[in-house]
Amino acid sequence: MTLLDPTLTSLLYLAAAVFFILALKGLNSPRTARRGNLIGAFGALLAVVTVFFSARLDNVPWILGAIAVGSGVAAPVARRVRMTQMPQLVALFNGVGGGAAALVALLELPHADDGWMRLAVVFTLLVGAVSFAGSAITFAKLQELMTTRPVVFPGLPVLMGAVLLAAVGSGAAVVLGGSLALALVLLVLGLLAGVLLVLPVGGADVPIVISLLNAFTGLAVAASGLVLGNVLLVVAGTLVGASGTILTRAMAAAMGRSVAGILFGAFRGNSTAGSTAVSDRPVRSSSAEDVAVLLGYAQRVIIVPGYGLAVAQGQHTAAELALALEARGIRVDFAIHPVAGRMPGHMNVLLAEANVPYESLKEMSEINSEFRTADVALVVGANDVVNPAAKTSAGSPIYGMPILEVADARQVVFLKRSLRPGFAGIENELMYEPQTTLLFGDAKESLTKVLGAVKAL
Amino acid sequence: MDGISLLTITVLAVFVGFEVVSKVSSTLHTPLMSGANAIHGIILVGAIIVAGQATHPWVLAVALLAVVLATANLVGGFVVTDRMLEMFRGRRGAAQKQEKPPAGGPPDGRSPDIKADEGMSPEGKGSVR
Repeated sequence: MTLLDPTLTSLLYLAAAVFFILALKGLNSPRTARRGNLIGAFGALLAVVTVFFSARLDNVPWILGAIAVGSGVAAPVARRVRMTQMPQLVALFNGVGGGAAALVALLELPHADDGWMRLAVVFTLLVGAVSFAGSAITFAKLQELMTTRPVVFPGLPVLMGAVLLAAVGSGAAVVLGGSLALALVLLVLGLLAGVLLVLPVGGADVPIVISLLNAFTGLAVAASGLVLGNVLLVVAGTLVGASGTILTRAMAAAMGRSVAGILFGAFRGNSTAGSTAVSDRPVRSSSAEDVAVLLGYAQRVIIVPGYGLAVAQGQHTAAELALALEARGIRVDFAIHPVAGRMPGHMNVLLAEANVPYESLKEMSEINSEFRTADVALVVGANDVVNPAAKTSAGSPIYGMPILEVADARQVVFLKRSLRPGFAGIENELMYEPQTTLLFGDAKESLTKVLGAVKAL
Repeated sequence: MDGISLLTITVLAVFVGFEVVSKVSSTLHTPLMSGANAIHGIILVGAIIVAGQATHPWVLAVALLAVVLATANLVGGFVVTDRMLEMFRGRRGAAQKQEKPPAGGPPDGRSPDIKADEGMSPEGKGSVR
């Protein structure tokens, strides 16, 4: 097999890097986003084809087989995943990328023959391992394989400190001596650090952590590029690291949180607030027929969809209900909190899937002043994003997060499975207010009943 | 490549990374994160190089594991991002019916083949402010 000229190889890598930049640029706007993603995929394909022709590689059949296995597993999963479960899938893909970077660095250690190289190896190992283990815990939290509440125990800060100290120690030893055994120790310490980093993060903050770990993996990939002397890996990894950092801050800002507060809040003991106890105060619960009357004779209804709607796959029923109400001359809007669902923008994706027209999706800043004019705010499977505790209770884990002002509406109707607190694990005072009505049940079933009752009015 | 050149490239890439995502709306945070996630799957290139130079079976085994993981990141990442963005198409279609699309650009997403790349550069430039 003839090999490509090194200059040509570099040029092809440069082209791939440019494609990645254009991909990120394209993803900035809904109009160009899909094309942007395809450009990115094309850049990746170009780079992978190039590498096969740029260096003398052994084991090619094995490598092709491994690629086939990887694609064969990932593509169908990515195709079939329910949109509600997409956040954890992104976390998983991010984690395996970090793991791959760590493994590459580990294998390159014997070839790293100066201190700087070994420093890059150490960095990749540690950050890649943190990203892998952290993403695994994130996945478990989102998939509800474990509790979504912050996990804290008394010795946690000390343990984290000890692990980091040990990591720095063994890292320094690897930089100086290049010991493979110590590199393995470092790998394990990195995994441990990743677990400890994410455990104390509360469920509502998990999306931000995914974004942060995404940036981490980017940095690990960039460092592995330094180890291998591969400019494309350096550029692509740095791009993701930098844009991921900005994105993480933007997401945190949308929730009124600081990244440091999310990560280290639990260590200081102020993000663990929130009670598990379900209060036994009286609430006003009602039937689907009553809710239908409330809605059917209103002039203005604002629907606030939340994750519960998505989990129940009720977005299509919600869209139908909106249509039925509009047919009665009622103005219906959907109020979308920036972090409704489990990732910023998640709810927009879900409602777009249900063909809710773009014009009735209102962003928070746009709709908040309009709740005052609404007769009914219908909150479907949302809780934390309408919880007034975010404004009033300084000790609350969601304190400072901007919320949808549903309390301003004349009537508030909650469709909820139970009085159980939301993802952030805090109770919602709004449910005990006199203007609030609750309809218990699965979001989709409740919506179907209400829809039937509205049609029968 | 010498250290200084690599450092230069890295620093410039940091600024490009900051710049390209600085003004994105929260609607697109999720797809953007997912797209960036797919891009770092390019570690596959590194994994292929390491696997291709492996002589010891153990090294090869670990390297192949890295190839599998990296491929999952890369392929899965782009596919899941595309699926998310597919959802926006119906919405955009609805929006276009109501109001004229801004600028006489090509219909978006209607030609999702590689050919679209050629039209991308000028458009990408055009949207830089």
